[in-house]
Amino acid sequence: MSSETFVVAYEGDPEDPGVLDYAIARAKAEGARLLLVHILEWSPYSFLTPQELEERHGRRKQELARANETVMAPALAKCEAEGVTADGLIRYGQVVELIVEETKKAGASVIFVGRSGANAMAARVFGSVPLGLAQIAPVPTVIVP
Amino acid sequence: MFDRKTLALASGFALSGAAAQAQSIDETINNVVGAVTGPFVSFIFSPFPGTSFPWIVLWLVIAATIFTLYFAFVQFRAFPHSIALVSGKYSDPDDAGEVSHFQALATALSGTVGLGNIAGVAVAVSIGGPGATFWMILAGLMGMASKFTECTLGVKFRNEYDDGSVSGGPMYYLNKGMEQRGFAGLGKVLAIIFSIFCVFGALGGGNMFQANQAHAQITNIVGDYPGWITGVVFAAIVFAVIIGGLKSIAQVTEKIVPFMGVLYVGTALIVILMNADQIGWAFGQIFDGAFTGAGVAGGLVGALIQGFKRAAFSNEAGVGSAAIAHSAVKTKEPITEGFVSLLEPFIDTVVICTMTALVIIITGVMQIDPETGNYIWNADLGRVETVGDVSGVALTSAAFGSAISWFPYMLAIAVILFAFSTMISWSYYGLKAWTYMFGEGKAQELSFKVLFCVFVIIGAAMNLGPVIDFSDASIFAMALINIIGLYFLMPIVKDELTSYSSRLKSGEIKRYA
Repeated sequence: MSSETFVVAYEGDPEDPGVLDYAIARAKAEGARLLLVHILEWSPYSFLTPQELEERHGRRKQELARANETVMAPALAKCEAEGVTADGLIRYGQVVELIVEETKKAGASVIFVGRSGANAMAARVFGSVPLGLAQIAPVPTVIVP
Repeated sequence: MFDRKTLALASGFALSGAAAQAQSIDETINNVVGAVTGPFVSFIFSPFPGTSFPWIVLWLVIAATIFTLYFAFVQFRAFPHSIALVSGKYSDPDDAGEVSHFQALATALSGTVGLGNIAGVAVAVSIGGPGATFWMILAGLMGMASKFTECTLGVKFRNEYDDGSVSGGPMYYLNKGMEQRGFAGLGKVLAIIFSIFCVFGALGGGNMFQANQAHAQITNIVGDYPGWITGVVFAAIVFAVIIGGLKSIAQVTEKIVPFMGVLYVGTALIVILMNADQIGWAFGQIFDGAFTGAGVAGGLVGALIQGFKRAAFSNEAGVGSAAIAHSAVKTKEPITEGFVSLLEPFIDTVVICTMTALVIIITGVMQIDPETGNYIWNADLGRVETVGDVSGVALTSAAFGSAISWFPYMLAIAVILFAFSTMISWSYYGLKAWTYMFGEGKAQELSFKVLFCVFVIIGAAMNLGPVIDFSDASIFAMALINIIGLYFLMPIVKDELTSYSSRLKSGEIKRYA
C-alpha cells in the first residue's frame, strides 16, 4: 500500500457523484488514502445584520452538523464500503485557498475536483473552483467531468 | 351629472380637504407627543447651575477624558493593533464561520453611521459655527476611549445560550459586572433604568429622528406632502423586516450601506478638492471658531456644546448601544473587541462627520456678512443664515449640490438607506433592552416591534424640533446610566488590558497572518 494521499475537493452534490467515484477508483488502484475536503464558502468581511450576528454561532453549529450529516458522513461511508481509507474535513472560508492549504498540510500528491458549476454565470465572471485550483494548486489537479 | 370642469373642481376641493386633514393629523401628533416628551427633554438638557452648559454634555466630556487618562491614551497607543485585529491577523483560522471582528465593527457602524453624520453635523455647524467641527473631532477622539471601555465589557459579560446565540450590552454588564464588584443591587437597578432609556433611545434617535429626516429628504425632491404618508410606507417596510421576517430587505441594505458610506466620503473628498484653495481658509474658520466663536452668537461655548452634542449623538460613545452589537464577536479575549470598537468613533466622527462639516464650510452655503467677515446670525431661527434658508439634511444636500448638481439625488437615496439601516439596528438594540426587562418570548418581542413601527409614523409626522430634542434626550439618558456603570467597572477593563498587553508582548497571543 502506498503512503500517498489524494485530496478530493468535495462539493457534496448528490446528483454528481463523479468526482468521488473517480477518486475512489484511483485510490484503490494506487493504494492511496483519500482526504475529502468540504468547504463552506465564507468571508470574514461580509456584512451581517445585528440579528444575524447574534445567531451566527448557533447557525455555524447547525451548518457544520448539516454538512457532516448530509455531505461528509455518506461520502466517508461510501469510501469505507469500497475499502478505501478516507478522512473528512469541513472548513469555512474561501474554497480554492483552503483546498490548497489542506493539500500542503497533508502532503497530498493529487487533487481531484469536480467540474460542476464551472458553466454558471458567476463562475464565468469570478472564476470557478476547478479553474482556480488549476491556476494555484501545488500538485497535479484532476478535473473530473 | 357633473361636467368635466365641475368634476375637476370637486376633486380639487376633495384633495385640498384631505391635505388639510392630513396636516392636522401631523399637528395633532406633534402637540400630543411634544407635550409628553417636553419635561423629559428639559430635564436632560437643563444647564449646569450658573452656566448655559447642559450638564449631560459635561457628563460625557468628563467621562471620555477620564477613560482617556485612565487607560493612558489607549485610543492612540492601540490604534495599529486595532487595525491588525480588524484585518484578521490575530483571528484563529479554526474560528472561520464565526462573527469576525470586522463583521461586528461593520454592523455596529451601520447602526451609527447615518443621519447623525449628514443631518446632525449640519445642525451643529449651522448653530455652533465652523468651530463646532473642532470640538466634534476632539469629542470623537476622546470618545474612542469610552467606546473601548463599554465594548470590552459588552463581550466580557455577555450571555451565551445553549442554542449558541449570544446577548450582550450594558444591561448585562451592569447586572453581572456590578455584582462581581460587590454592588449587585445597584447593578440590577441601573440595568433596568438603562433598558428603559434604551427603549426610548431606540424609539427616538434610532427611529423617529431617522424617519423624520428621511421624510425631509424625500420632500426636498418630490415636494411637500404630509409626513405620516412617508411614515406609513417606512413603517410597512420595517414591519416586513422585523415582524414579517423578510430578511432579504435587511440583507440588501446591510450590503448597500457600506458602499454608500464609501461613496459619501469619496464624493466629499472630491468636493473638498474642487475647492482646494479654500481648504486652508476652512481650517482657519474651524480653529478660530473653536476658540473665539467666530462671530456666532453662542461663541466658544455654543460651538463646544454643539460639537460635543453632535459627536455623541453620531458616534454614540458612552451611550452603550454599540456594546450590544459588538458583543456577538467570536473571541477568547474581550479586550480585542474593545480595541476594534475604538475605530468606530474614529471612522464615524473623525472621518465622516468632519467630511460633512468641511463640505458645508467650504462650499459657502452658510452666509457670511461681506462687511464684517462673520457669519450672519438669524436670531429667530437660532442659527446661521444659510443659502435657501435650509437646515439639517437639506443644508448638507445644498452644500453637495452646489458643487455636484446631481449629488442631492444620490444623497437622498443614501439618507433613506442610512435611515433604514439605523432603524433596523436600533430596533434590535431596543428589542434586547425590552426583552431584558420583560423576558424573552414571542409576545414580548411582537409588542415591542409593533410599538417600534408606530413610532416610525409618529417620527415622520412630527416637525424637526420636537423630534430632534426627544431623540437627543433619550440617547443621552442612556449615557447617563451607562457611564455610572463604566466608572464602577473600569478596573475590570484595566485588568484585562494589562493582562492582554503582557501576553501580546510575550508572544502568548498568537498572530496568525
